[in-house]
Amino acid sequence: MPEDAPLIAGHPTFGDITDQISGITERRTPPVWYLALGAAVSLLMVLVGSVGYLVWEGVGIWGLNNPVGWGWAIINFVWWVGIGHAGTLISAILFLLRQRWRTSINRFAEAMTLFAISCALIFPAIHVGRIWVVYWMFPVPNQMGMWPNFRSPLLWDVFAVSTYFTASLLFWYTGLIPDLATFRDRAVKKIKKYIFGALALGWRGGNRQWRHYELAYLILAGISTPLVLSVHSVVSTDFAVSILPGWHTTIFPPYFVAGAIFSGFAMVVTLTIVARKIFSLENIITVNHLEKMTKVILLTGSMVGYAYGMEFFIAWYSGNIYEQFVFINRAFGQYAWAYWIMIGCNVIVPQLFWFRKLRTSITVMFLASILINIGMWFERFVIVVTSLAQDFLPASWDYYKPTIWDISTFVGSFGLFFTLFLLFIRFLPMISMTEVKAVLPEADPHNYRHGDRHE
Amino acid sequence: MNNKATPRILGLMAQFDNPAALLEAAQKVRDAGYKKFDCHSPFPIHGMDRAMGLKRSSLGWLVGVAALAGTSGALALQWWSSSVAYPLVISGKPFFSFQAYVPVTFALGVLLSAFTALVGMLAFNGLPRLHHPVFYSDNFARTSNDAFFISIEADDPLFEIEKTSAFLTSTGGKNKEVLKEE
Repeated sequence: MPEDAPLIAGHPTFGDITDQISGITERRTPPVWYLALGAAVSLLMVLVGSVGYLVWEGVGIWGLNNPVGWGWAIINFVWWVGIGHAGTLISAILFLLRQRWRTSINRFAEAMTLFAISCALIFPAIHVGRIWVVYWMFPVPNQMGMWPNFRSPLLWDVFAVSTYFTASLLFWYTGLIPDLATFRDRAVKKIKKYIFGALALGWRGGNRQWRHYELAYLILAGISTPLVLSVHSVVSTDFAVSILPGWHTTIFPPYFVAGAIFSGFAMVVTLTIVARKIFSLENIITVNHLEKMTKVILLTGSMVGYAYGMEFFIAWYSGNIYEQFVFINRAFGQYAWAYWIMIGCNVIVPQLFWFRKLRTSITVMFLASILINIGMWFERFVIVVTSLAQDFLPASWDYYKPTIWDISTFVGSFGLFFTLFLLFIRFLPMISMTEVKAVLPEADPHNYRHGDRHE
Repeated sequence: MNNKATPRILGLMAQFDNPAALLEAAQKVRDAGYKKFDCHSPFPIHGMDRAMGLKRSSLGWLVGVAALAGTSGALALQWWSSSVAYPLVISGKPFFSFQAYVPVTFALGVLLSAFTALVGMLAFNGLPRLHHPVFYSDNFARTSNDAFFISIEADDPLFEIEKTSAFLTSTGGKNKEVLKEE
């Protein structure tokens, strides 16, 4: 993209931005929203039912068997957490790198992060089986005098993911405060004025406030940046620290982080394409924005492809026969079908984005982003299941199949995700008005210096 | 005690055309010696801190202290619970195996810093505060949309209603308003 192309198309004024973004929540609710919410809430009920039955009956309702003690619950957890990473990368790392194009998509992507982590957190919580003692994972003083084992990666995960959720929520809310003030000031109905008035905390937009606000935002971006890299690294140690061929590798942390950003950007692209179409946001989220995201997908997808290749190389180079067996088994064994879905979706599909024509085609992007998310789910399937199903003792080998409850819990988690997402786009500003205004050429005092402003 | 017929004057407010005009006016207000004034805008304006004569926010120090407290607290918790309260040998590792404590130490440091960044920012700004003289203005609602204002509070020692009002006009202020208690 040439550097002088405007970030926001059509030279809107500050007022135009406010009207366009606020208008989305102020207009009459479109009928398609009700349809979508109905579908999402129905799926949410499927989740509630599945989890309810799980709590009643126990993890035996899932397809877990003797060698495969981790199944869909862990796959889904890793998949959903990974998706969240794109939001934090956009909101924190791109902020520190002064990538001004992020302003059009950061609010949206951060919301996606929060909802994806909400879905993710369900799975480790319910897979413990006895969910009523899930508080044992936290260092809560108790009558048994028992404390959690801080030397276990599973416990690191509890802290990493819950911190990730909390820090993302605080960052998101900090970004929302000035926009909530806009909603407060535009509210016509008294009830709306009170709600947004309370949520905006009395924000006045004075520079005495902005100076603390901007530093707080910078600090939150600064501390969220290592979180993007650390959370999925910690998730990967759940695998890497155990002594199991296919899991016990040092490549896991960077490989998981690249995969997380890869799948997260794919999800952002999927959702953005739908939202910009339905709400006519093509001027704010331009093809340029989407193209930049496809470049991130190409980069991280190639890193993931490199990691797949390197795993094979190290299996051969290490001379470890167990490691070699696992990898040949992955590609040609009983789960070869899953492995080749993974390779097709994660290694081959992103290579389409080498071509500018395909990078700027909405249809190609949309289909590719969905395929990538399917591929990334299968990546976690391959990692979790193939290493476990054929373990050290051939007598205990087995074939893992999900049950209807595994499937309904996963499908139901989409209900939670989309219910939260639909409520978000209906009631809150889905694009940061403050930040979009700040990147308009009119926002820079230097553009007024010689009497008239430059475009 | 104010009686209802003559409401107490709380300040003055004027509108400016664009960020550049606001920046220029802010410098003039600063140079005139006013202390209790603020420049309201829909987004932060680059260079405004210097124009208003404000120092860099000291929030960073507060968050720094929080980060230290979070990390040292987390390390202390892990040492105490794994070595004193509930010493268990886990795969032959020492009770205080600090390498294994790094992820939780980091996470709790980040957690406390994030809370401190938001809560500290609000505290430095005196928020939440739902009641403020500028909210008495009829135009002020536009500051969160597309308008730029300077407000000078009546508490300022230099504040004199006529003089300050004329001064705001001379800086290019429009739509002047007297902020009064209602």
